[in-house]
Amino acid sequence: MYIHWGGSMISIGHVSKTFGSGAAAVRALSDVSLEVATGEIFGVIGQSGAGKSTLVRLVNLLERPDSGSIVVDGQELTTLDATELRHARRTMGMVFQHFNLLGGRTVQGNVELGLEITGMSPACRRRRSMEILELVGLGDKAKAFPGELSGGQKQRVGIARALAGNPKVLLSDEATSALDPETTRSILELITSINRDLGLTVLLITHEMDVVKSLCHSAALIESGRVIEQGPIVSLISTPGSRLARDLFPLGEVPSHTGNTVIDITFSGGSADRPVISQLARKFALDVSILGAAIETIGGKQAGRTRLELPGLPSSNAEAIADLRSQGLLVEVAGAELVHDVTEVQP
Amino acid sequence: MIDPSAPQFWPQLVNVVLGGTAETLYMVGVALIFTVLLGLPLGVVLVGTEAGGILERPFGSRRAGVVINRLVDFIVNLGRAVPFVILMVAMIPLTRIIVGTSIGSTAAIVPLAAVAVPFFARMVEIAIKEVDGGLIEAAESLGATRWQIISKVLVPEALAPMVLGLSTTVTSIINFSAMVGVVAGGGLGSVALRYGYQRYSVIHMVTVIVVVFTIVMILQSVATRFARRLARPGSVSSAAVRDKIATEISF
Repeated sequence: MYIHWGGSMISIGHVSKTFGSGAAAVRALSDVSLEVATGEIFGVIGQSGAGKSTLVRLVNLLERPDSGSIVVDGQELTTLDATELRHARRTMGMVFQHFNLLGGRTVQGNVELGLEITGMSPACRRRRSMEILELVGLGDKAKAFPGELSGGQKQRVGIARALAGNPKVLLSDEATSALDPETTRSILELITSINRDLGLTVLLITHEMDVVKSLCHSAALIESGRVIEQGPIVSLISTPGSRLARDLFPLGEVPSHTGNTVIDITFSGGSADRPVISQLARKFALDVSILGAAIETIGGKQAGRTRLELPGLPSSNAEAIADLRSQGLLVEVAGAELVHDVTEVQP
Repeated sequence: MIDPSAPQFWPQLVNVVLGGTAETLYMVGVALIFTVLLGLPLGVVLVGTEAGGILERPFGSRRAGVVINRLVDFIVNLGRAVPFVILMVAMIPLTRIIVGTSIGSTAAIVPLAAVAVPFFARMVEIAIKEVDGGLIEAAESLGATRWQIISKVLVPEALAPMVLGLSTTVTSIINFSAMVGVVAGGGLGSVALRYGYQRYSVIHMVTVIVVVFTIVMILQSVATRFARRLARPGSVSSAAVRDKIATEISF
């Protein structure tokens, strides 16, 4: 389990980035702010072209922002000179979608690249690279060349290379997007264990909701270069109207109206274990139909959403809805105007 | 006209051809050393100073990058566009300054290097351009300096196609080294000229052709084998670069 140290490891403030100029200019990021707490796994999710990759590359200044600030481990990066920036980059490891391994070097040679750059002695390099290769489960592949490895093994080498210099932060740019589901799972497990055992802060970029679901403590949704919402997943789930929560627990389209009440209940924490629906049916003598449900374990806790249909209009079900809310559940009533009616009824 | 039936003919032929071969190997060898020493950095500068390259802003100025890029590009084009016979003669004053004389094999090295350096620089440029930009990014993310990116990533990853480019360059140096025989540069070209052409000795001519052919064949096969051993799946493919080089040298 991750320990929230309270402080921010990465703090991105009002960053904007435009590529090209004039008519061909493309605004990749507009006024983006993000806070990544020390020791957490933070996922940035969005469609391709939303600006995610630009965002992660801003953190180690592979891309320079047009405006805004980037603070990593208490240090403002945008004002550093070239030498200072190189030193700052050594505190961050980066993992790439296409691995970016040197084909002419062995696995061990690739892992040692960053250590050579920092000027570590050959003996220390060898020791450190073997140590880290053991950690990622590739101790027996040290002398192999990347061309002889599978995709998953290549990404393990990429992770080992990123970790060799003892960074505080691991940046992952779609690290599992080029891998099959089975391999993806094993790489995600590796990232989780690195986060847990080494206390590394992880910022990962993905377009797969499953990645966020299975390992992130916090997440941000990015769309057309803007952050739509962000925060710890546990609190996002209980935020009314959260897009991320909806995407994490997809219930599909709301059915077209039949004069009944359709409500989405979000469970988080302890409420997921209680027999909420049967209690509701008994207490108010309602014929409750379940239209859809999605339950997941997030950060070790059960969370999920259930879509129910109650007979009658929302106004006639106000009491039942109020009762659910009083149990600490997030209840959303389908249909915008109706939501307004119901919230007025709530005490 | 030389008489092949004379008792001195065969020993003399061997002497003359061996001497010519030694001179040729000397000229080509030394010119090759200078070609690598100068052509490799020039090729790196050509790629690096392009927009988005790692030497985009030498001394912190993009304008310096543009100026250096244009200048090097111009020199390389000039060196390649001027026919070698003209270049060779035109460079005589410079050769005299550098070597002290404009006659002999040592003097011939200057124009040979002058024509081979731009040629090889282009080969290096083509090879390095094929290196995946992601590798540069990976090295940057590890905090590499520009020099480290060049020495640890760009050059090693492009080594296999560069070796092939070098063998193409050597072949053309051998080719041009025959021409310096015309201006008293010595070598096999001079043997072919003095004995084969001026004294009508077909045997000398054929021998020179066979020797040159053998040298080129040996060099090419060694280079190809070496390049193949350097090439790893995932590093820059020699085949892709070879195609580009082929279009490049068919000027």
